[in-house]
Amino acid sequence: MRTLLQGLVLPPLFMLLSGCNLVVMHPSGDVALQQRNLVLASTGLMLLIIVPVIALTLWFAWRYRAANETATYKPDWYHSTALEVVIWTAPLMIIIALGALTWISTHTLDPFRPLGRLAAGRPIPADAKPLVVEVVALDWKWMFVYPEYGIATVNELAAPVDRPITFKITASSVMNAFYVPALAGMIYAMPGMETKLHAVINKEGVYDGLASHYSGSGFSRMTFKFHGLKPDGFDAWVAKAKEQGTDLSREAYLALEKPSEGVAPRFYRSVADGLYTAILNMCAMPGKMCMSEMMHIDASGGAGKESHENRERLQYDNRRLEQGDEPNGATAPAAGRAPRSEGSPNDQGSPENKKAPPTKSDDLQIHHH
Amino acid sequence: MMHGDTAPPGTEAPVFHESEEHPHEASTLLGFWIYLMSDCLIFTVLFATYAVLGRNYAAGPSPNDLFDLKLVAVNTAMLLFSSITYGFAMLEMENGQLKAMQLWLIVTGLFGAAFIGIELYEFSHLIHEGATPQRSAFLSSFFALVGTHGLHVTFGIVWLIVLLIQTAQRGLIPENKRRLLCLSMFWHFLDVVWIGVFTFVYLMGVLR
Amino acid sequence: MLSDPDLQKLIFGRFSLEDIPFHEPILQVTFAGVAVVGLAVLGVITYYRFWGPMWRDWITSVDHKKIGIMYIILAMVMLLRGFADALLMRAQQSMAFGENQGFLPPHHYDQIFSAHGVIMIFFVAMPFVTGMMNYVVPLQIGARDVAFPFLNNFSFWMTVSGAITIMISLFVGEFSRATWLAYPPLSGSDMSPGVGVDYYIWGLQVAGIGTTLSGINLIATIVKMRAPGMTMMKLPIFVWTSLCTNVLITAAFPILTAVLALLTLDRYVGTHFFTNDLGGNPMMYFNLIWIWGHPEVYILILPAFGIFSEVTSTFSGKRLFGYVSMVYATVVITILSYLVWLHHFFTMGSGASVNSFFGITTMIISIPTGAKIFNWLFTMFRGRIRFEVPMLWTISFMVTFTIGGMTGVLLAVPPADFVLHNSLFLIAHFHNVIIGGVLFGMFAGVNYWFPKAFGFKLDPFWGKVSFWFWTIGFYVAFMPLYVLGLMGVTRRAQHFDDPSLQIWFVLAAFGAVLIAVGIGAMIMQFTVSIRNREALRDTTGDPWGGRTLEWSTSSPPPDYNFAFTPRIHDLDAWSDMKQRGYERPREGFRAIHMPRNTGTGAVIAGLSVAFSFGMIWYIWWLAALTFVAMIAAAIFHTFNYNRDFDIPADTVVRTESERNSMLAAQA
Repeated sequence: MRTLLQGLVLPPLFMLLSGCNLVVMHPSGDVALQQRNLVLASTGLMLLIIVPVIALTLWFAWRYRAANETATYKPDWYHSTALEVVIWTAPLMIIIALGALTWISTHTLDPFRPLGRLAAGRPIPADAKPLVVEVVALDWKWMFVYPEYGIATVNELAAPVDRPITFKITASSVMNAFYVPALAGMIYAMPGMETKLHAVINKEGVYDGLASHYSGSGFSRMTFKFHGLKPDGFDAWVAKAKEQGTDLSREAYLALEKPSEGVAPRFYRSVADGLYTAILNMCAMPGKMCMSEMMHIDASGGAGKESHENRERLQYDNRRLEQGDEPNGATAPAAGRAPRSEGSPNDQGSPENKKAPPTKSDDLQIHHH
Repeated sequence: MMHGDTAPPGTEAPVFHESEEHPHEASTLLGFWIYLMSDCLIFTVLFATYAVLGRNYAAGPSPNDLFDLKLVAVNTAMLLFSSITYGFAMLEMENGQLKAMQLWLIVTGLFGAAFIGIELYEFSHLIHEGATPQRSAFLSSFFALVGTHGLHVTFGIVWLIVLLIQTAQRGLIPENKRRLLCLSMFWHFLDVVWIGVFTFVYLMGVLR
Repeated sequence: MLSDPDLQKLIFGRFSLEDIPFHEPILQVTFAGVAVVGLAVLGVITYYRFWGPMWRDWITSVDHKKIGIMYIILAMVMLLRGFADALLMRAQQSMAFGENQGFLPPHHYDQIFSAHGVIMIFFVAMPFVTGMMNYVVPLQIGARDVAFPFLNNFSFWMTVSGAITIMISLFVGEFSRATWLAYPPLSGSDMSPGVGVDYYIWGLQVAGIGTTLSGINLIATIVKMRAPGMTMMKLPIFVWTSLCTNVLITAAFPILTAVLALLTLDRYVGTHFFTNDLGGNPMMYFNLIWIWGHPEVYILILPAFGIFSEVTSTFSGKRLFGYVSMVYATVVITILSYLVWLHHFFTMGSGASVNSFFGITTMIISIPTGAKIFNWLFTMFRGRIRFEVPMLWTISFMVTFTIGGMTGVLLAVPPADFVLHNSLFLIAHFHNVIIGGVLFGMFAGVNYWFPKAFGFKLDPFWGKVSFWFWTIGFYVAFMPLYVLGLMGVTRRAQHFDDPSLQIWFVLAAFGAVLIAVGIGAMIMQFTVSIRNREALRDTTGDPWGGRTLEWSTSSPPPDYNFAFTPRIHDLDAWSDMKQRGYERPREGFRAIHMPRNTGTGAVIAGLSVAFSFGMIWYIWWLAALTFVAMIAAAIFHTFNYNRDFDIPADTVVRTESERNSMLAAQA
């Protein structure tokens, strides 16, 4: 029965598996590759004990079934020091090995740590300068700023192959996670905080990038393409951005920052000075106090009792409600629509708009699926 | 102690049940103690929160600007006195002196009420100065920690009043004694927590 | 509703008729279904004049056995709700590709996955576990009830009250869209205005009070009320795991209470604990909620481990192998479960040393867990294994849980977690351990102890049908999710672009349908067993050849459990008694002191539903009124000193001689 099942089930399963793209198992960036190798090594180590356990379970269950009168029956056998030693030591050994592997790999693959190599056996050239990309998770699209080139993009990321990339990552309103499975593991994007990710792409290609931490309505459509390009291809891409793009002023950013879904990629040929720092410090909106300033004041003992005006300047979270946009997780009655209905307050009821609320107030192209 | 009625005399057959009823020793004090430990964890979270957020003044007032150590010292004295007087009440309970015990309980309650009164005065003063819980994370965590303690004391006073009525109705019967003992543990527990608050929030806040 | 908006606000808070989703077809059907079933149940109760007995014998009951049964009924009812959510999610994800948006818009889908998680953990797994412990622990330690019987009743009704609050959100307003752990800043009042998160908070807060009190109660019971001679190292293993679970409950749930209270303050008062602005720190919420959340998974799994130990030993006809090492393994897991919480957010960017510390502590937990698996293995070794339904669940568990454990340890390696975190691989992993561990354990327990509770066995045929559909359905539903995780697919997505993923989601949906058949077979099993109860009757009190004390009394046990308090000489006390020729006492019975039923628990819990509703909808007068009423009811209860009564000796004599004649008729 079991073999029959295996005969019937396994071949189509392999066919299915070979037909699909297990990107985590076949990455194109060295960091993701090392992470893949770690997954395989750890799994292999554990299978050393998992397979015998499963086999023994099934074997013992069959061997000592009540119907099998020939099997030994020892109702009073319940202790064996030797066996106890084995059953505690065997997992312990594996965990010692795995623990050592964990300690080493966690340090070498720490996302905050600059890369040690381009790929196996390929050290980083002495003159290599990492490509810095400032990543902002917006509601619900990704913004990438390239300070070196003075350009920015929305929902499209590109990098030359074999050049180390340093991502500086933050978010505008709620938490998110930045994840390009083919490139490297994910890391959270958090408002008012900066995380870092160091990675390198080794193969040309177009890869999927996504938001991998739930952030409200537009979360599933918050995807982008990551282009791994040859150096000249990357230069051409930058030139295209310069040519086709508009200016990312503070005002343009504030319009962009409003909630929108399924946003088609777009380019900016210039970026307002200090925009990323302002976003990171939650003070892109005019009149807001930057977190860095606040932390400086706090470190020197606060601003005393007569500081009421600072409170207004430090309120960042209430802008959706004030501007009349539906906040990320709004529910009835505050959402302004009937419970579980399809519409949203910004929605005029046309079917196209249902998929992509607030559209009118900003100049974004909405990508319809 | 163990007499089984299945075992005929002279045999070694094991006894598998008790023929007498052995009332279990009361679990109430143990149960209440475990409850206090779980309550202690709530305070632990609040202390931890204060440790994390206590210096996030949000460009606003800091402990130095706000706390009046003298007032808090008086307040601390109120609570410490109330613990001592509760101890006297318990001594009288042991001696079976209902009236004296009730008297000490009333004194305890009054000290507790004074503590709450002073705390409310402090809070209203802070809020009047604009140092509201909404002003900064520091003030949020301050009000949450101190306020939760205050709520506990308030609840203790309500309980104390209930026990005054119940002892008046039924005297020092075992049930009431057990309840007085539980409240005693509760009251002293709040005292210990307050010592933590006083040291950690007020003293370290101002002397830092 | 009213012309004066101020007056309307004063009376109804933020509630208005528009908040009832009359327009939603899914909900109309659900509501109609619930209403029809509800009316039918009420009709039956009224027709058979069952209201009086129900109030006297069940709702007000302080009997741990009845409370245990009611907990498990609650868990099963809520399982249907949580599973309906799962079916909706599977259906949506198997169709929403490319142009097709599926049938659930994001804000509806978001509520469904949030509700699914909350219901399955808090109102299925928890009541299941608590119910098992409630029913079995006092019987296994030879006690007549728990230490605080009234508190037990109160705890149960508070749990029900939380469940009702969550269920109300289905028909009045909306449920949270902020996932089952309500991470801020998303769950804060600025990002999630409306009633959703408030339903979540009050539902959990009220149920959490019940859970904490029940934990305290069971610790006191196990510590203080063991039968004479039952030293700690003679405790049945299920009692040991229960003890550890309850220690975890009392040490973890207060943290949940506190962190939810802080979130409540953020939402209602406008404080800044977890906001982005004015100094708040959302990362602190992640830490605090997982300091509760990780012990929570051990709260669920430890009693399941206990059940598997009892079942393996009974159905292998052998004493449990390595009892002592089993006990130490349980204790070690209990302690370590507090040192691993950070593995739920390695990707938040803590330092490498912090991440590896928490990764390695997590792996260390797999050592005692592995030892347990081996102990079960060697209990089966040289046994005489009877494949009754509980044992089938156990074997399926051992295989399934081992796989889930492996993927869990894999996720504990931080760099591996970076590529698998928040993916469907993670979803597959925790369903692998929660279904394959907790749920299978509870099903084993239900099949194992059902004859004890009701006096007749469950029908084995439908039990096996249910077992096979559940097991195969589980693999079909969740193995594709492992694959999808390796394809870089994230959780909680309402729509996908890549059509090549669809086949896997369709497969997973088919698995969910198989599980649905398994649930159907389970319902069938109960129905058939109740119909054939005479044929399935257990007159011995010991239908499986059990080893622990609960099998020494009748099935179902008398109200007082044991006419005489048992005296324990050995681990596996009942086995010992049987071996050494124990004979039931026939005389010397005396009156038995028992706690009296009380309606206070149900009343306070009922008030707490109204209180929650008032808080959720900003109906302040209702909240204030019911809060005062709750305090008053509690105080009023303390004025009742007449809480016990005696079961007269002749009632005991009658009950016991009935049992004796039943046993004699059999012999």
